[in-house]
Amino acid sequence: MFEAIAFYLFAFLTITMFFITVMSKHALYSMTALAAGMIFISAFFFMLGADFLGAVQIIVYTGAVMALYAFGMMFFDSTRELKEKNTPSLLVFGLGGMAALLTVIIVAAPIVSSNITAAYPIVEGVGNTQAVGMVLFTKYLIPFEVAAVMLLVAMIAGIVLAGKKMDVSLTLVEDDVIPQPEKEKEKAAS
Amino acid sequence: MDVAFIIETIIKIVVLLLVFSALAGFGTYFERKVLAFMQRRLGPMHVGPYGLLQIAADGVKLFTKEDIIPQNVVAPIFKIAPVITAATAFMAAAAIPFLPEFTLFGYTVRPIISDVNIGVLYVVGVMAIGLYGPLLGGMASANKWSLISAARAASVFISYEVVTGLALLAPIMLVGSLSLIDMNNYQSDGWMIWSQPVAFILFVIATFAETGRTPFHLIANDHEIIDGFGTEYSGMRWGLFFIGEYANMFFISFVTALIFLGGFGDGSLLGALALLGKVAFLFFFFLWTRAAWPDVRPDQLMWLCWKVLMPIAIINIVVTGFVVMF
Repeated sequence: MFEAIAFYLFAFLTITMFFITVMSKHALYSMTALAAGMIFISAFFFMLGADFLGAVQIIVYTGAVMALYAFGMMFFDSTRELKEKNTPSLLVFGLGGMAALLTVIIVAAPIVSSNITAAYPIVEGVGNTQAVGMVLFTKYLIPFEVAAVMLLVAMIAGIVLAGKKMDVSLTLVEDDVIPQPEKEKEKAAS
Repeated sequence: MDVAFIIETIIKIVVLLLVFSALAGFGTYFERKVLAFMQRRLGPMHVGPYGLLQIAADGVKLFTKEDIIPQNVVAPIFKIAPVITAATAFMAAAAIPFLPEFTLFGYTVRPIISDVNIGVLYVVGVMAIGLYGPLLGGMASANKWSLISAARAASVFISYEVVTGLALLAPIMLVGSLSLIDMNNYQSDGWMIWSQPVAFILFVIATFAETGRTPFHLIANDHEIIDGFGTEYSGMRWGLFFIGEYANMFFISFVTALIFLGGFGDGSLLGALALLGKVAFLFFFFLWTRAAWPDVRPDQLMWLCWKVLMPIAIINIVVTGFVVMF
């Protein structure tokens, strides 16, 4: 009974939060709803007994959305008044709803069939974390390693791109020593 | 699921909420007293004997103060931000074993609300959500200083979390489990601090950033003579930020004591008292550091976390890995 109550509660909360994320024009509302929705999703992992994935979901997405906030802070005035009125476009709603329904049917279709057997059944007697490790280092070893290499490439590329001209700390030099862009120089001269 | 289990869990939750909300109040009193003695002052002295009723006076003030929602703030976010800080602090406590098992009137009580087998990850992860409070409160406040404070909150967040995770990884590799009870039992023949001194120091530094205490108290911007994200808040909303902060300090002290300082040992009464003593010392250590050290700048915190602590943590993990393997 409790599982059903928890499932419907968190299903409702998650859908509401992502609905706000998509529909709201207010950056602060959208990002907060996104963070909340991501954290509510972890409840489903906990309900399924996948504690490790639930905790990882919380840790990863709090950090990830926090980075989004940093960008939002730079680009938007988050306290500006915005009109939240949307003119509904029936075509978009219809297509979006159809696509969502189709995805659910595609993913859920095998459940109808009765002869499902797990290719990698749960190993009895080991914890959740160990089970993740076993699958990760046997069946999914190559995708795991490839993902690790790709992340390393992305990290090095990020450092190279961001690290140009970073041998001088701008906080430590005087203001007039910092080379100004051409336009601002003219403005200062005139 | 039987009824006894449900009632037991609800009683545990209520006790935990009441005890740690009250302790958060006492925490402010202890902080003022300890800081006062270290700075050769007396601290609160006038309300009650030795200033002890100061907590009640503060509570009455916070509860009865008018709750102001200023103009131009983003009201829903502004209202929910303090709740996030306080609520996530108590949510994180769900996986912490506060005392060893004991028998009360013939009924065995386990003072942990939910013994999930990934306790450490859960506690650290949920505690990290608490920083959303300062971030959202600052961003929704329509105040430049609050916004700067929110930016600092984001910079603190991206700095310390890596260090917390990597510092904890080495003890986890030794124990082979993420449950705090397993970690406690592992230390029956020697505290973790002796086998993992580097991880202990790194974790303690990261806890100061996690709870936003001096020397990493840069979220609240004391040197701007305002209260950072809390500038626009009044009454109990402002108080909730403090309950969250002090409850976090107590909970992270419990986690540190359980992982590194032997926890409650074999589970005897002496062990339980020793755990409370360790937590009290770690809490005192927070206040001691605040009296002794100045604040750092955000860029210094990022430099410290990414360029100093993270490489040390990774070297520590590699060394631990070799020790475990061979």
